[in-house]
Amino acid sequence: MSDLPIIKNTLLEVSDLRTRFHIPEGTVYAVNGISFSVAEGETLAVVGESGCGKSVSMLSLMRLIPIPPGEITSGTALYRGEDLFKKSEAGMEDLRGKEIAMVFQDPMTSLNPVLTIGKQITESLRCHLGLEQDAAERRAVEALERVGISDAARHLHDYPHQFSGGMRQRVMIAMALACEPSLLIADEPTTALDVTIQAQITELVEHLRDQYHMAIIWITHDLGVVAGLADRVNVMYSGFIVEEANVDSLYEDPQHPYTISLLAALPRVDQRRHHRLKSIPGAPPSLLVEPKGCPFAPRCEHVIERCHVENPSLMPVGVGHTAACWVNVQKGIPR
Amino acid sequence: MSETQPLVVVENLTKHFPVTSGLILQRKVGTVKAVDGISFHIDRGETLGLVGESGCGKTTAGRTLLALYPATSGRVTIDGKDVCKAKGKELLGIRRNAQMIFQDPYASLNPRWTVNAIVSESLRVHHLINNEKERAERVKELINLVGLSSRLVNRFPHEFSGGQRQRIGIARALASEPAFIVCDEPISALDVSIQAQVVNLLEDLQDKFALTYLFIAHDLSMVRHICDRVAVMYLGIIVELAEKNELYENPLHPYTQALLSAVPIPDPRKDRQRRRTILPGDVPSPVNPPSGCRFHPRCPLAQDLCKQEPPIWREAAPGHWVACHFA
Repeated sequence: MSDLPIIKNTLLEVSDLRTRFHIPEGTVYAVNGISFSVAEGETLAVVGESGCGKSVSMLSLMRLIPIPPGEITSGTALYRGEDLFKKSEAGMEDLRGKEIAMVFQDPMTSLNPVLTIGKQITESLRCHLGLEQDAAERRAVEALERVGISDAARHLHDYPHQFSGGMRQRVMIAMALACEPSLLIADEPTTALDVTIQAQITELVEHLRDQYHMAIIWITHDLGVVAGLADRVNVMYSGFIVEEANVDSLYEDPQHPYTISLLAALPRVDQRRHHRLKSIPGAPPSLLVEPKGCPFAPRCEHVIERCHVENPSLMPVGVGHTAACWVNVQKGIPR
Repeated sequence: MSETQPLVVVENLTKHFPVTSGLILQRKVGTVKAVDGISFHIDRGETLGLVGESGCGKTTAGRTLLALYPATSGRVTIDGKDVCKAKGKELLGIRRNAQMIFQDPYASLNPRWTVNAIVSESLRVHHLINNEKERAERVKELINLVGLSSRLVNRFPHEFSGGQRQRIGIARALASEPAFIVCDEPISALDVSIQAQVVNLLEDLQDKFALTYLFIAHDLSMVRHICDRVAVMYLGIIVELAEKNELYENPLHPYTQALLSAVPIPDPRKDRQRRRTILPGDVPSPVNPPSGCRFHPRCPLAQDLCKQEPPIWREAAPGHWVACHFA
């Protein structure tokens, strides 16, 4: 479908996605024209702070945004060459859970409290694979065993409240992976969990990814979590992708002032304290104002006049590395 | 009280909550041993970190320290005054001197009160400034001190962002000019770029007013940055306590080791090379903690001895305390 040379098989290609919400206070400019792609078996991390549009962009392409108040004003999302925005609702239902699965941040609110977990896992198996109840149950037991839940057959009859947070997130992952999807969208899957449980879950996801050759979009606000996990990283700010790079160059040679500041604002567990944390002054801009110029300009220490009037698009700054900034921060001169 | 003695001394502090069953005639069916015998001291001007996973009792410990929960047993003294025995005026005096900053800046500010009312409350309660006009001036001063504009004092909490609300919470804690502040996860609800602002503010205020902090957190990287010494809690007890660089570079307890190895490092090459200790299972219930060493069901080093006998709290190296049979 695409005219671009394909190096790895592209699984998902999103271009110029824009999502807005019309609320009584005005229009929320949540996602402002983002483009990215994910190849088969690749792990893409989407990093950004609250309100940067990372979750909304994923929900938009899964067509899970309530319309109204939401509106997708532009964009295409080619999944295996087919535009998700042109599919019928029934076509999307076939795809969700089977081809593309999602795991959400809060495993307590995303599991149905009045259904047993067996019922919840078998639902997608019966729906998508047309399995009978006992065949689906056998698959569900396998799925639970895969995520490290022992004595899975007995747990099928348990309700979500009988599980701890880490176990619930395992159940969510088991549900997401039951139909062996090609793409897993994980929306802050470890944020609500303690570090030792977070380590268990990240290791589990890495293991399953390698086993099933699955692509992952891992949404997070934590630059630490994705460092060891991702192949490529998108940094989002105020509804824009401001930097995109493979994981090593992003951390070793960050180019956008926002990424640089974010990394400098993080204390390190493996290093002695050298200096005060570098804080970013101010707060992200209101999403109720139509963006004009670079969204980071008001907080940026390298700001030049051009930043206030014209929003930079992503420009190549290295091999497989783009950043949306008018200034070459390393050299201190405009690009 | 001499200046060289610790500001805060905690000896064998316990806090148990009853578990009840039944709607009308509530029978006691068990006890949650949220804090089960912890001892430590905090020197003047020092920041002690208290880390551990959810449910380990760190928040309960912080609250019991300030008598927000009555202690089940044990002793806490702040500036030489016994917190657990204090009542009425004496307790009020201790509270003037020991304040708290809460985790959730959305839940800890009264939504119906203006910033002025929130920050001036302790000035009124402790009769520090009885003239209303002077009180308003002091509130403006405090609000400036935490980096907000004094023009905002008549606004309500919902008009502020999370970081700004946390600054209001800090101004409220500072109002009574305390010597000691319990910071209960003050930054964990905030975004990364805002966290650094609040941490730097807390450090500036500490320098300016010679404050002593108990910094309760689960973010081990931030604790290393801000604290002088660090105590690690697991299921209601402290398993290790040491000067921060000693603890992070030479952890002795297997739980501390696993905890540190699980913290992600924002450096891909280093993070990929790291050997992680993945602990099996979850933290057991504090209603019925495991026998012997509480960590033994998840411990990679556990022996028979660990199941039978709780380890002794001992000083393994100068200033480095640990409770483990094999550390």
